[in-house]
Amino acid sequence: MAGRGRGRGRGQMTFNVEAVGIGKGDALPPPTLQPSPLFPPLEHRAAPLPGGEEGEYMLALKQELRGAMKGLPYFVKPGAPRRDIERYSDKYQISSPVDSAIDWNPDWRRLPRELKIRVRRLRKGTTILIPKCKQRVALDKEETIKKLESLEKKEEEVPSEEEEEKEEEEEGKEEEEEEYDEEEHEEETDYIMSYFDNGEDFGADSDDNMDEAVY
Amino acid sequence: MTQAEIKLCSLLLQEHFGEIVEKIGTYLIRTGTQPLRMIISDTGLLLDQVKKALCVLIQHNLVTYQLQKRGFVEYEAQCKRVLRILRYPRYIYTAKTLYNDTGELIVEELLLNGKMTMSAVVRKVADRLTETMEDGKTMDYADVSNTFVRLADTHFVQRCPLVPETPESPDAPPPPAPTLVINEKDMYVVPRLNLVGKGKRRRSCDEEENGEHKAKKQKQDGESSEPPPDDGIYWQVNIDRFHQHFRDQGIVSAVANRMDQIFRSLPAGYNIVKQVLDQYLTLLADDPLEFVGKSGDSGGGMYTVNLHKALASLATATLESIVEERFGSRCARIFRLLLRKKHLEQKQVEDFAMIPAKEAKDMLYKMLSENFVSLQEIPKTPDHAPSRTFYLYTVNVLSSARMLLHRCYKSVANLMERRQYETKENKRLLEKSQRVEAILASMQATGAEDAQLQEIEEMITAPERQQLETLKRNVNKIDASENQVDETIFVLESFIESTVKKP
Repeated sequence: MAGRGRGRGRGQMTFNVEAVGIGKGDALPPPTLQPSPLFPPLEHRAAPLPGGEEGEYMLALKQELRGAMKGLPYFVKPGAPRRDIERYSDKYQISSPVDSAIDWNPDWRRLPRELKIRVRRLRKGTTILIPKCKQRVALDKEETIKKLESLEKKEEEVPSEEEEEKEEEEEGKEEEEEEYDEEEHEEETDYIMSYFDNGEDFGADSDDNMDEAVY
Repeated sequence: MTQAEIKLCSLLLQEHFGEIVEKIGTYLIRTGTQPLRMIISDTGLLLDQVKKALCVLIQHNLVTYQLQKRGFVEYEAQCKRVLRILRYPRYIYTAKTLYNDTGELIVEELLLNGKMTMSAVVRKVADRLTETMEDGKTMDYADVSNTFVRLADTHFVQRCPLVPETPESPDAPPPPAPTLVINEKDMYVVPRLNLVGKGKRRRSCDEEENGEHKAKKQKQDGESSEPPPDDGIYWQVNIDRFHQHFRDQGIVSAVANRMDQIFRSLPAGYNIVKQVLDQYLTLLADDPLEFVGKSGDSGGGMYTVNLHKALASLATATLESIVEERFGSRCARIFRLLLRKKHLEQKQVEDFAMIPAKEAKDMLYKMLSENFVSLQEIPKTPDHAPSRTFYLYTVNVLSSARMLLHRCYKSVANLMERRQYETKENKRLLEKSQRVEAILASMQATGAEDAQLQEIEEMITAPERQQLETLKRNVNKIDASENQVDETIFVLESFIESTVKKP
């Protein structure tokens, strides 16, 4: 009850301030009205990092590990953005692994069946990959598209496996999964791929130096 | 899982496995155990992307799955295990110190791939070692196998749980997910393999081949050969064993620092005269650090290493060092005083530490505001009146350790973000320098003149070179700092874990 009125005795607290060491009449620091600064001033400089052979080696290991992991098939890259126009050079460019492929061979016996994806097989001929979908309606459309495409190409058609997974759940949804054989287009050419430049990078470099006149 | 841990996990996953895996991993860490369809619907990713990511995570022991009674499978992320990615360099380096380059490469391959069969590891490591050897020399599979067996015997690598070999009745459909089991006894049993062969050197003409051709060849090889003799037996790195090793190392070096004199005079090897050994043991047992305890006199005395006390001492030493570096040596003095005397009043602190009142006050409040010290109220009267209550300063080691651990996670996350930012800022320059290096390398291989090489080198201007140097220095510093913070994380985590009672 006592001490409820504001201004009756500056800075009244629930405990005896003297016990903690704030003497009577001592100036208290002003109240904090904002969050602490993002980079508070450093009063004591940090100690230098321990160098030495061990530290250097571990540093090198760490950086190598990072680089190595980026190159492994476990690093899942988002699919390349779909080009709006089909270009002639697409046939000759080394395409990045398509989303639905898995580049390494996991031991499928150890994994739940629902995770199974068709492993990339390299075969002659093309089949356009059709993404899987859950609805039945779209499935019919897919089958039609697939049939059309197989008629268009004269290569051997790889029969697709159909796996049905039934989930025993309240919804009782049925998921149908079709696995399509995915083949990478492989043509033997005499030309080395990396030499082929489709000219897309031309002009893409930023012109930092605007001093020079551009003709 | 605290926000800091989740953030750090997400950064680690993104850096090592890409954004898709990161999204799914973070989602599972945040929301707990989920079935596949929930993951797809909540993350909004494509079905195949989710499947791929889950395969990767399971392969690397970061996510586990369980077949529920109702017939669907649920996936759970192992947050702690994700945080261990930070420690991979330390595991590899330790393997190197214990088992040389062969051991180092075995552990590295296992960490990079999550799990592998022994035959696959041996083959790959032999190939890698052969690459580094002089022309004409190759690495024999037997040597690599031996090192692998030694690693298994000392429990640094262990077998993964196996798919059960139940005779399947033709009526029952195969379960949607296998339930993996492992027998304790079998965990380190090495299969009897007859691995004969030598490492293959990658011929230089292979490098000129089209990437596709090479992949095709490999695929054909893989498909045509029979399954290896140890098919289905996978190995993984035993992280806990490495942690045990680090802990032991830490304790030994702590005691060594303490007993400098004695350690230097100890003869190498274990043949010390009994009386001398007795003296040393007594010395160790009487040491106030209490690492070694003596329990009973039977058989000349039973000596034990008190692990809990040892870990607590290590953690406390870390705390002290942090206070010293952050607040200064006088604060450190007060801190150590509080650790010894447990509870002290304001006045007593000033007296014992021999620091003037005003400064002592200031320091105590600073430490209090950062939660290194806390106040303990001891009421004299039942009504807890402030004027009649003792307020004692104290250090609660466990809670300070937890607070610091949390801070460490935040620090590493900050370091990683900064490093990624620095790299991104200079991305263009980095790419340019990589291109120039590639050109230089190819020109040197085909034998170019110095003048030409000079010309190519000059493509990178001097200020750009400077910028690259600065970038490299900064990135190295940040990386080294991350390794350093991980060491602190290890000490604090070991201590906190040892205080938690196991069921």
